[in-house]
Formats: sequence, C-alpha cells, structure tokens
Amino acid sequence: MASPHSSPRGKAIEVEHLETQYGSRKVLKNVSLAVDDGEIMVVMGGSGSGKSTLMRAILGLQRPTAGTIRVLGEDIAGLGTRKMAALRRRFGVAFQGGALFSSMTVGDNIMLPLREHSDLDERTMEIMARIKLEVVNLAGFENLMPSELSGGMLKRAAFARAIIMDPKILFCDEPSAGLDPVVSSTIDDLILRLREAMDMTVVVVTHDLDSAFKIADRITILDEGRILFVGTPDEVRAQKNQRIQDLLNRRPPEEALDPEAYLRRLTGESPSGEPVS
Amino acid sequence: MQKTESATALARTLERIGRACVAGVEEVGTWAAVLGEATFWTVAGRAFGQPVRMAAVFREMMDIGIRAIPIIAVMSATIGVMLAIQGIYTLRIFGAEWSVTIGIALSMTREFAPMITGILVAGRSGSALAARVGTMKINQEIDALDVMGINPVRFLVAPALIALLVMVPALTFLADVTGLLAAGLYVRSALDISLPAYWQQIFEFLNLNHLVHGLGKSFIFAVLIGLIGIVNGSSVSGGAEGVGRVTTRAVVQAISAIIVTDMFFAFVVTR
Ligand SMILES: Nc1ncnc2c1ncn2[C@@H]1O[C@H](COP(=O)(O)OP(=O)(O)O)[C@@H](O)[C@H]1O
Ligand SMILES: [Mg+2]
Repeated sequence: MASPHSSPRGKAIEVEHLETQYGSRKVLKNVSLAVDDGEIMVVMGGSGSGKSTLMRAILGLQRPTAGTIRVLGEDIAGLGTRKMAALRRRFGVAFQGGALFSSMTVGDNIMLPLREHSDLDERTMEIMARIKLEVVNLAGFENLMPSELSGGMLKRAAFARAIIMDPKILFCDEPSAGLDPVVSSTIDDLILRLREAMDMTVVVVTHDLDSAFKIADRITILDEGRILFVGTPDEVRAQKNQRIQDLLNRRPPEEALDPEAYLRRLTGESPSGEPVS
Repeated sequence: MQKTESATALARTLERIGRACVAGVEEVGTWAAVLGEATFWTVAGRAFGQPVRMAAVFREMMDIGIRAIPIIAVMSATIGVMLAIQGIYTLRIFGAEWSVTIGIALSMTREFAPMITGILVAGRSGSALAARVGTMKINQEIDALDVMGINPVRFLVAPALIALLVMVPALTFLADVTGLLAAGLYVRSALDISLPAYWQQIFEFLNLNHLVHGLGKSFIFAVLIGLIGIVNGSSVSGGAEGVGRVTTRAVVQAISAIIVTDMFFAFVVTR
C-alpha cells in the first residue's frame, strides 16, 4: 500500500545503535530506528520487550549506555538543561496511565504547559484548552478532577494536554492498554484524526495488534530488546519470520527460547508468562 | 576451619557496615543535590524562564503553616502547662518554686517550642510531601513534568522548601507565645501571682539570644523535614504500598533527625 506519507521527507527521530540497561541487565540491544517526518510509527512487541524503555530514552528521561538519539535534528545527549527544555516543548506525550496531575482539574492540567511557557492571558488559555478538549471529544469536562474520569476519558484528556502546545512529535505509550475494544478503537481514530489535523509525527508504543495495523504507516517490531523488523503493515503481514508470525497469530513461541528468557519466566519477571508448552 | 569461618563472618559484617555507610553518604549527597538545585531555581529560575511561582509558595504556606496553627497552639499550650506543673513540683523541694518562670522561659523558647513544632510539622507536612512526590512518581506525573519542560524541583520542591523555611520558624514563634501564656495561666493560679508580674519575670530572663537559638534550630528542622520528605518520596518503588513505606520512613527519619540535631545543638551551644 502506498502510504500518503511515503514521499521523501526529513527524519523526525533517528536512533542509532542504542543500548540501555537496568543494573547489569541489558534491555535494549543495538536498536537503530528512523522515524520520518509526519508518519505514524508504531513500535510493537510483547510486554517486557523494551518498548517503554525505548520511548523513555528518546524522551531523554533515561540515559542510554551506548548509541545516539537525534530528535528533530538535535543530539539529545549533548543538550543542556535549557536546550532540552526547549526541545521538549515541541513534544507531546500521552503516558500510559494518563499521568494527569491529580490535584488539578482537567482544565488546569491542559493549561499547565501554556501557563508555564507562554505569556497568554487566562481567557485565551481557557479558550485554547476548550478547543483541545473539543478535539478529543471531552468538551465541558474542564472542571472535573482526573479522579472523576473513566479510563478512556483520562486517556483523551492526556491527549488534549499532549497537543496543547501544537507539538511536532506526539508520543503515546500503550494508548489502548486497559480499555475495552470499542473505547480503544475510538482512541485509534483520535490518533489518526490528530495526525491529519495537526500534521504531526506520531510514535505509538503498543502491544495491541489491531490498533497497530489500523493506525500505522510503518511498524517496528521489538522483540526482547532487539529490532526484528521495520516495515509497512502489509510488509509485516507478508513476513515469513517465525517469531513475527507467532506474534501476529498470538501464538506463544514454539520452543523454550534462550536460557535467560526461560529463567526470567521461572522467576516470574516476564509479564507475558504463558505456560511453556 | 573455625578461624576462616569467623574471618568470613567478620568480612561480611564489615562489608554490610561499609554498604550501609555508602548508602547513608549517598542519601545525604542526594539531600545536598536537592537543596542545591532548589536554591538554584529559586535564585536563577527567572533567568531560565522558569521562575518559582509565588502562588505555589503561598499554597504550600497555607497547607504547611496556617492549617497547622490549631494543633501547634494546643500542643505547645499543653507542654507549657506540663513544664509549669513539673517545675513547681520540683522546685518546691528546695522551696524555690518562685523561680519556676526562668525554667519555663528558657526551656520553652530554646527547646520545647522548636522541638514540638518540628515534630508536628514532620508528621503533618513531611509525610504529605513524601506521599505526594511518591504518588506523582508512580503515576508518571514527574516524568510528565519533565517532558513538558517543567523542572520538577522548581515546580514542586522549591515552593515546599521555601514555605517550610518561612512557616516552621513562624510556627515556632507561635508555640513560644502560646506555651509561655499557658504556663503563665497555670503559674498564676498555682503561685498566686498576677499575669503581668509573670510576664515581667519572663522578660527579665528572656533575651533575644534565647529566642534566636530556638528559631535558628527550627530553621534547620525545616530544611531537614523538607529534604527527607522529598528524597524519600522520590525513591519510591512498587506502587501504592511503596508510597506507604516511604511515607512512614520519611516521618521516622525526620523526627529522628530533629531530635539528634537538637541534642547536637544542646551539646555544642548550650553546654
Ligand atoms: N525501572 C526499572 N528497573 C529495572 N528493570 C526495569 C525497569 N523498567 C523496566 N524494566 C525491565 O526492562 C524490560 C523492558 O521493560 P519495558 O520497556 O517497560 O517493556 P514494555 O514497555 O515493552 O512492556 C522489562 O523486562 C522490565 O522488567
Ligand atoms: Mg510499557
């Protein structure tokens, strides 16, 4: 399928030979990845494969042990506090649980970046917040507290906060986690709509196959910290690789993998703990 | 055989002590880093486009200071009366119960007011700070601040520290006044002297030095409560249970730190 975004473009994100570790355990191993301007890149993989870790590294929340990360042309390892803050103002991030501030109303949550980074007057900020709430279909909810919202509404409020500064890149961690299929599908539609309306680059991290195939221009498959494949949804479907087919058909891997993975399952560290057949 | 076994046991113990020391030094290092960063943002935040917001400071002052007034007034009054009862009882042995006011004046302002204020604020606000930072960390709210380009130390920590630095000495002064007043009311009825005469005696003994000694200590207690709350909160791991754990740890550590610091001051300055 010729995606509407296949014309040659600049790179929004370039990750080269990235390695990260927790303590002595390597989580990402030699990960290289490029995200084009304006595309929706879905990073897919089982839980524990390192998707969130990859996103945290790109956001500069976690220092990699090796490799380089360039976002919007800037090498984030070399950025000082001020430059990093300036770069991050061009990101929008919707965290897995929403990460709305529980002590503020939904409206104040969404206005916070404006309050901190702009000189707009209160009235203008309120209008902008209402526009964004309208975009995510939450109009009229600005005076509620986050604890009064349902899971799907929380996610949408998090999107509204993420796009309040009109970011160049939108990151979403597990947008469909914890939602029923119908609500999860409305979130997918929201992501597609946002990209169309705001011409952003979108990076989505998910373990949800349906969601990935529905929204992705390209899919990156991450498996135990390594990149298995990068390509369009059709290319992914056509892949003969056994691991990819297992993943697509939701089959547990045939044989016990490497001893390390086996040990991890035994100690209950891997959340994808299907019984070994 | 026996010998090597005890040698390895000794090595293990030494290693454990060593590790505990390193962990302790590391924790104090973190306190210093947090304090340094908070000071930096307070002083230079405006130049970096990220000023510490006065509105946030006032909100913290409300929580830490104003809402603590009733409990601190009641507790310091209780301590004042207790000091008066105990003082009169003890001094009566020597027939010197008239000199009870000097004991009340000095122990209240130098020891009890800062101590009781510190302990109450540690219990109310130190724990709240740890719980808030811990919950925010677990819910990725701290990460969210970071990726919005909002420095969490500037946004969360500096206002709380500034509010503590203002409010703990202020509350200590309040405890001085209510403690002395409550003691005076008791002394008046027990020894049959008038309240103005009591105050006159108090001010005969009490000079600015004594007040400053107590208020100075309360300033240090404020820093300890804040740093211990924040550092414990940000070291949270393991969900809601983890938040409970660090909250308890913050309160116990803060109260211990206050008592030890107080003892240190008594040893170095008062002795
Ligand atoms: N803070 C952490 N400390 C130690 N290990 C971690 C931490 N966060 C994640 N991990 C480990 O790193 C691996 C990848 O985690 P993560 O990136 O969250 O996976 P995913 O998002 O794909 O489910 C997992 O095995 C997880 O146990
Ligand atoms: Mg994850």
